[in-house]
Amino acid sequence: MADNGDEDSEYRIKVGDCVVLKRGDIFKAMQIQLGKKVIFEKQWIFLDKTVGQLYSTTFDIVSGGNLLPQKPKNADDASDAKEAGTDNRNIVDDGKSQKLTRDDIETLKEQGLKGQEIIQQLIDNSSTFRDKTEYAQDKYIKKKKKKYENTVTILKPSCRILAMMYHGREPGKICHLRYDTLAQMLTLGNVHAGSKVLVFETCAGLVLGSVMERMGGKFVLLTLQSLAVAHCIIKQPLFPLHSGHGSVVQMYPGGGPVRAGMESFGFPAHFHDTLHEFPICHVNALLAGTLDTTGKHSSAVEKQSDKDKEKEQNQPEAEQAGEQQDGPEDPNMETVTAEEARVEKEKKEKEKRKEAKAQEKRMKLAAAVAQLEGRNADGLIIASRFHPSSVVMGLLKFLAPSRPFVIYSQYKEALIECFTKLKEHGGTVNVRLTDTWLRHYQVLPNRTHPLLLMSGGGGYLLSGTTVATDTAKPSGSQRVEEPAAKRQKLTDTEG
Amino acid sequence: MSFVEYSDVIQDGDVAIVYLGIDSTMPIKVQKGAQTQTRYGVIRHSTDLIGQRYGSKVTCSKGGWVHVLHPTPELWTVSLPHRTQILYTTDIATITMMLELKPGSVVCESGTGSGSLSHAILRTIAPTGHLHTVEFHQQRAEKVAEEFKEHRVDHLVTVRNQDVCKDGFGVTGVADAVFLDIPSPWEAVRHAKTALKRQGGRVCSFSPCIEQVQKTCQALMDQGFEELSSVEVLLRVHDVRVVSMPLPDFGPDPSAPPGPDSRGEAPNHASIALKTTTPPREIPGHTGYLTFATKPRT
Repeated sequence: MADNGDEDSEYRIKVGDCVVLKRGDIFKAMQIQLGKKVIFEKQWIFLDKTVGQLYSTTFDIVSGGNLLPQKPKNADDASDAKEAGTDNRNIVDDGKSQKLTRDDIETLKEQGLKGQEIIQQLIDNSSTFRDKTEYAQDKYIKKKKKKYENTVTILKPSCRILAMMYHGREPGKICHLRYDTLAQMLTLGNVHAGSKVLVFETCAGLVLGSVMERMGGKFVLLTLQSLAVAHCIIKQPLFPLHSGHGSVVQMYPGGGPVRAGMESFGFPAHFHDTLHEFPICHVNALLAGTLDTTGKHSSAVEKQSDKDKEKEQNQPEAEQAGEQQDGPEDPNMETVTAEEARVEKEKKEKEKRKEAKAQEKRMKLAAAVAQLEGRNADGLIIASRFHPSSVVMGLLKFLAPSRPFVIYSQYKEALIECFTKLKEHGGTVNVRLTDTWLRHYQVLPNRTHPLLLMSGGGGYLLSGTTVATDTAKPSGSQRVEEPAAKRQKLTDTEG
Repeated sequence: MSFVEYSDVIQDGDVAIVYLGIDSTMPIKVQKGAQTQTRYGVIRHSTDLIGQRYGSKVTCSKGGWVHVLHPTPELWTVSLPHRTQILYTTDIATITMMLELKPGSVVCESGTGSGSLSHAILRTIAPTGHLHTVEFHQQRAEKVAEEFKEHRVDHLVTVRNQDVCKDGFGVTGVADAVFLDIPSPWEAVRHAKTALKRQGGRVCSFSPCIEQVQKTCQALMDQGFEELSSVEVLLRVHDVRVVSMPLPDFGPDPSAPPGPDSRGEAPNHASIALKTTTPPREIPGHTGYLTFATKPRT
């Protein structure tokens, strides 16, 4: 262990890490905290014993909810020629072939028998097991394993794992975005390190996190001279970048950006340095050039977002605050007691903190504005419950020409409308409305076939590329994107 | 310009993509004094391209126009000269996510073929990752290495002209992910295992035939890979159309009151315009099966 210590440290589970618990096809994102009981698949467990273990380790859940790393697996139980039948013509499913009762099995569980051992007991006590075909026996064992094996695997989060998790557990939270659709979005959007990507999503932050994973965090601008020095420190091949930027601007509706899904990725701190946020209620002002981020008119800016925040959270608190302000105005107070002086001091400190917060907010807003006002973003990703036409028409202006945009919607009709609006408006090419169809296969000798087909519930994508906008009206263009019945005649549009 | 980093202005020596229309793109090597023929006329590089912004409209000699776009791996995939059957964006996107590729990833790939997937991988792993790609056909290996150079991504990739089934990828214990698109991937599985990091990694094999998939899955299991998963991804394109559907003429309706709001002078001229989508006549129904697996720590 000593020699591997340093090399493997990034592969070891630490307190505070964001991880994903897995059993079979069930995933759940969680944070490692000591002494905290967490629930996974109807069981309460403690994650304490995982600290210091390697990621992707599978643990047995033992009594008390503690986790014990599994011993390395031996060759699967007696895969030698087991007794088996040839077909099921004589097997009668009367529900009586298993001699163990539910109580018997409970007793075995209480005795602390491992999943593997319980399954062996079930096999031994089944009158029909040896008549089943080899394949049926296999299937039986797999089914029992799923039911009785009490294990959990701790995984490092990734886009792939979190996208599958959200789609399986809480599809409503991510507008029913299926993971293969998300994969298409990231590629069609050409999301890559060093680019400036705008994200508008109401998918719990999953899309935001996925974009950030593909951006890779902060990259330092290096020259050839500093390469040699940097290489010694970082021990990784480094290459000079020509542009220093690489940022994600999250455009958000309402009072604040939702980031739970993004947090589950467990990004290191420098990733957050590249993340900005911008409330869409200021988009029009920004585009018109009337948005002020300095202190002077900040009350208007703050009031708007404060209003939204209060609407969403603090209604009872706001009432209390109102009451407190009336107190000290009482004209009958003549002497200032120690108690009141303390209250005054607290109030002043609260004001200071409030002002500091407001200042921080203004600075963040100014930073986001600095990213946006150049209207030179490299990509636009939209995935929300909001009507996509309106969203894209509002945000497309921030993109530079010759850059991709991808819009996800659960509903095709919404994107049909979007398509039409984009065509009317002009400034885009290669606009396509697509969806993907994903099919899983079971691949086993003599038992290969597709699995249960996934429904077409993966959502739809509208993708395209911006072009330079100019005076020529697109409807007067020489060719239409929708193929006409006859051959197009070339018209002389510009000299 | 590079395939892993955007720039704004077209320069001499760039590779640009000319967009002529839906499903019609053409790569261009920008060169001072050169000309390119298109069906809308001639594009003169020095006047029409160099110094112009990417995304600009370019009017060609016959009076028609095109747009010039910054290259991306996706545009390259639909415009590159095929030397072999290539992978398209739908499969590429799935592979990228399922192999967990990101900046800094080290990837091994074989066969390189026409470089469609290679460019997409390079875009995703830049600027700190590396691609080791193996192609057993000498001319294809040379051609793709040339393209990597022209596309300013050669610092991120090593092309090896060898047989991956016999000689492996040329590296050991460094890869986060391995991709196989060869006729007999089961013969390369052990080399994939060697190339992957000791701490673990992801592997993907692409095969058009189910028999290949079966053999590959068996080899993966034999070599101790876990979490095997075979899928196929298909793309459906929806062409947005306005269609006109005529209304049936059931004859004058005696029960209806003759009101002032008679719709249409003669009912048999009436029709309803519907905005909908139609599928293309033929869609690609199968490209190949993608098999993914995880190498555990060894």
